[in-house]
Amino acid sequence: MKIGVLALQGDFAEHQSMLEGLGVQVSQVRLPGQLEAIDGLIIPGGESTTIGKLAVDFNLMEPLISFGEAKPIWGTCAGAILLSKDARRPQPLLGLMDISVERNAFGRQVESFEADLDVPALSESRKGEQRPFHAVFIRAPLIQEVRGEAKTLSTLPDGRIVAAQEGHLLATSFHPELTGDDRFHRYFLQLVEISKAETDPMAGVVE
Amino acid sequence: MEPQTGTVTLKRGLAEMLKGGVIMDVVNADEAKIAEEAGACAVMALERVPADIRADGGVARMSDPAMIEKIMETVSIPVMAKCRIGHFVEAQVLESLGVDYIDESEVLTPADEEHHVNKHDFKVPFVCGCRNLGEALRRIGEGAAMMRTKGEAGTGDVVEAVRHARSVLGAIRRLQSLQEEELMAFAKEMGAPYELVKETRERGRLPVVNFAAGGIATPADAALMMQLGVDGVFVGSGIFKSGDPLKRAKAIVMATTHFQDAAIIADVSKNIGAAMVGIHVHDIPSTELLASRGW
Repeated sequence: MKIGVLALQGDFAEHQSMLEGLGVQVSQVRLPGQLEAIDGLIIPGGESTTIGKLAVDFNLMEPLISFGEAKPIWGTCAGAILLSKDARRPQPLLGLMDISVERNAFGRQVESFEADLDVPALSESRKGEQRPFHAVFIRAPLIQEVRGEAKTLSTLPDGRIVAAQEGHLLATSFHPELTGDDRFHRYFLQLVEISKAETDPMAGVVE
Repeated sequence: MEPQTGTVTLKRGLAEMLKGGVIMDVVNADEAKIAEEAGACAVMALERVPADIRADGGVARMSDPAMIEKIMETVSIPVMAKCRIGHFVEAQVLESLGVDYIDESEVLTPADEEHHVNKHDFKVPFVCGCRNLGEALRRIGEGAAMMRTKGEAGTGDVVEAVRHARSVLGAIRRLQSLQEEELMAFAKEMGAPYELVKETRERGRLPVVNFAAGGIATPADAALMMQLGVDGVFVGSGIFKSGDPLKRAKAIVMATTHFQDAAIIADVSKNIGAAMVGIHVHDIPSTELLASRGW
C-alpha cells in the first residue's frame, strides 16, 4: 500500500511521519503524474486558499477529482474544506463530499482550542468501549451540513459537526497529525484497504 | 476535559499550518487582497515595509490598530502584526485586536535593549527573529512559537538570510554530532537553555517551525532558502517594491512549493517584471543594520 500526501503547502510532513510510523510507504504529491502510483491521498492542514490556488495553477483539480471518485482521500482542516461542495465563499474546491463548511468558524487564532471528542467509529473493542480522541482545532472550519450519502463521524458536545465520512472520503476539521494518536490514520488506512480490495479483485489472493 | 485555549500545541500548531508557504508584508487592504489572491499563506500588516522604514529613518513603532483591523476584515488568511522588541504593551494591544500571530521584530525600533517580551504570558503566539541557534533557543525559551532567521530586512539582498539560515542549521548539524556530556558546554557557549539544546539535538531541528526572512526578492531566492532547509519564507519589501507585485508574488509562492524543481522555478521566473532595486548589505553602515537589534 502506498499513500500520497498533497505537498503543496501546510503540515504534510506531520502526516508523512505518522504514516511512516505505521510502516506505510509515503510519497509527496505536487504534480498530477504523482497521483498515479498511490492508493490513497491525504490533503493536510494549511491555508485552503493557498492549496486551492496552487492546485489550479498546476492543473491538479481535475486529476484530484477523478482520484477521489475512485480512491480514498482524507482531508484535515484545510483538506476538509477542499473536499467540500460549499465553503460559503468563492475559492477553488474539489466538491467531492456532500458537505458544506464554514471557514474559521470558531474565530481567530486566540479562539483555537483543544478538546476531547467521542468518535464511535474508532471504537476498538467489541463492547464499543473507547477512549476519547484528543483533538486540536486551529482556526478550524466547522462542517455545517452533512447531506446525502455523507455521515457524521463526530460532533462537539453541543452537536456541531467536526468529522464526516462519505464512502471512502473522510473529512476532519481538526488535526490528528499533531497529537501522536494514530487511530484516525489507522482508520483511514482501513478505508484504503477496503477500496483496494474492491477495485483490485486479485488483491489478497496468494499467487 | 474542558476545552483549552492558548496552549503551546495550538501556538506552535498554527506555524505548522503555514509551512511551505509565503508570508507577505502588506501596508493596506488592497495589498492584502493581492497577497491573498497570489496564494500567500498569511500576511504581515504594517504601515511601512522595511525598505521605507530604512529610507525614512526615525523611530518605527507598532502600526495603527485601525489599519490592522481593516486588513483583518479584508482577508480570510491569518494576519500577523509587529510589535517592538520588549514592548509588551504593544503586544497586549495586538492580542486584544485578535491578530493571529505577533512578530516581535527588529524591523521596528527596539523598546528594550536588554529584555524581550515574556511571550508565555500571552494566548496569541509569537514569531521572533534569530541570527544563530543560541538566539533562536533564547527566544523559544521566552515562549516564541515560531522562528524566522533575520536576514537584513528592506535590502533585497539575500546574503544575510543565507548567512543566518546556514548558521542556525549548521549549528544543529554540529549539535547532533556531539556526545551527551558535551551538551552543557555547547549550551554555555551558545548562551542557550540546556533543555532546549537537548530537545533540538533529539529532533534534529528547532522545536518550532523556522522560516527565512530579510532580503528575499525573487522566486529563486525563495527556493534557495527552502533548499537550505527552512520551512517557508517571509517576503517583505521584495513584492510590493517590485515592478509587478501580483505576478512576482504568485511566482514566489509557486517557487516555494516546487523549490526542488528547477524547470518550474525557471518557468515561473519568466516575464515577472523588475525586482526591487535593493541595497547591497555591505553599503549599509553597521549602525543601521536591523539584524543586530535584539540578542
